[in-house]
Amino acid sequence: MLTQIAYALPFLAQGFALTLWVSLLVVVFSLIAGVIMGVGLVYGPVPLQWAVRIFSDTIRGIPILVLIFFVYYGLPAVGLHLPSFWAAVLALTLFKTAQVVEYFRGAVGSIPKGQSEAAMAIGLTFRQRLAYVIFPQAFRRFLPPWINGVTDAVKGSALVSLLGITDLMQAINQVIGRTYEAMPLYILGALIYFAVNYALSLASRRLERRFSFIRE
Amino acid sequence: MGYALNFNLIWRHFDKLWGGLLLSLELAVISIAIGTVIGLVLAVWYVSAGRIVRTIIAAYVEFIRNVPLILLVYLVFYGLPTVVDIAYSAPTSFVVTLSLYSGAYLVEVFRSGLEAVPRGQLDAGKAIGLTPWQRLLNVRLPTMLRITLPALSNTFISLFKDTSVASVISVPELTYGAQWINFNTFRIVEVYLVVTAMYLVTGYILLFALRLVERRFRAAR
Repeated sequence: MLTQIAYALPFLAQGFALTLWVSLLVVVFSLIAGVIMGVGLVYGPVPLQWAVRIFSDTIRGIPILVLIFFVYYGLPAVGLHLPSFWAAVLALTLFKTAQVVEYFRGAVGSIPKGQSEAAMAIGLTFRQRLAYVIFPQAFRRFLPPWINGVTDAVKGSALVSLLGITDLMQAINQVIGRTYEAMPLYILGALIYFAVNYALSLASRRLERRFSFIRE
Repeated sequence: MGYALNFNLIWRHFDKLWGGLLLSLELAVISIAIGTVIGLVLAVWYVSAGRIVRTIIAAYVEFIRNVPLILLVYLVFYGLPTVVDIAYSAPTSFVVTLSLYSGAYLVEVFRSGLEAVPRGQLDAGKAIGLTPWQRLLNVRLPTMLRITLPALSNTFISLFKDTSVASVISVPELTYGAQWINFNTFRIVEVYLVVTAMYLVTGYILLFALRLVERRFRAAR
């Protein structure tokens, strides 16, 4: 049993690398898209606010799995042919973007109105107010939940195994298909996912404590 | 690019989706009920226990919360029967998984609620001569429930959405029904539009119902 698993380790490592790569792409893309949409939600004109609200509520209201199938099978049906890897990244990015929008809204919303008014009173432009007053303060409230939310990207990435992408989850299933060592391999996989996500949630908690001084 | 929407085939096979939705709800309700018992018992135990018990409960919570649900579903359905002498159907196996999964999330919700119960309430209970058991049932738990209801609603709704993962072990719930229609009729965009609407509407009905419960209990404050 152990020799079989040892033999499979390089293959599992490749799968793990793909899991990390998918997660990283999703985290970066969703951060950019989420912050842009978040600005639209908080400061944009009303129609834009509505559009972002509908996007976010719809995405957060359906299971990620449905979103993944919708993007993966739906895009080719309307004539958009993406490689399955990018379809998976797109679907997970949509899911994660909706989360980032909410973290952003929560963080910016928690900054007292007086800050914005004071910045306006000393004559800062809209961009200056965001860059020098709002964002530096909101950042500390955005960071801990956002880091904790990265675990959702890592966990969600396990669903791309259903699209025939050889991430860690799929690699584990394939090794089980060859060796029939189901339980040891699932436990090994669980421990790998656990190690990554637990480290992230510890980092989040530590940051939260560190930034807690600005709460009052 | 031209794609003409045609919902006829979806309506012809709508029983797959409707039956699927009912099964999703059934899986969610049973698992959440069991998970709530697990969560309540462990949370109450946690706040009064010593270091060792706390570590064990925390290990359970952290393990479940940091591993993808799909892996836990595979582990319980395909992995566990190879080492333990048990045999269960896919739906039962999924209920076992989702119960343990929801239990871990609910322990956290209930634990933070218990810790938020004001100290004065417990002292007051002690002062009027309530036994520890009475203090728990009549003071601590009711107050905790009121504090945790909003977080509880969110957790319940997210657990309902998690039932979609049951489709990976061929439990014929809503997402499985969607895939069936996807593969058999190729009305792909239509079926996922309909299923998205079904999840959204069900989610909002659940949210609305839970908000009513919240409001009722808030008034009693």
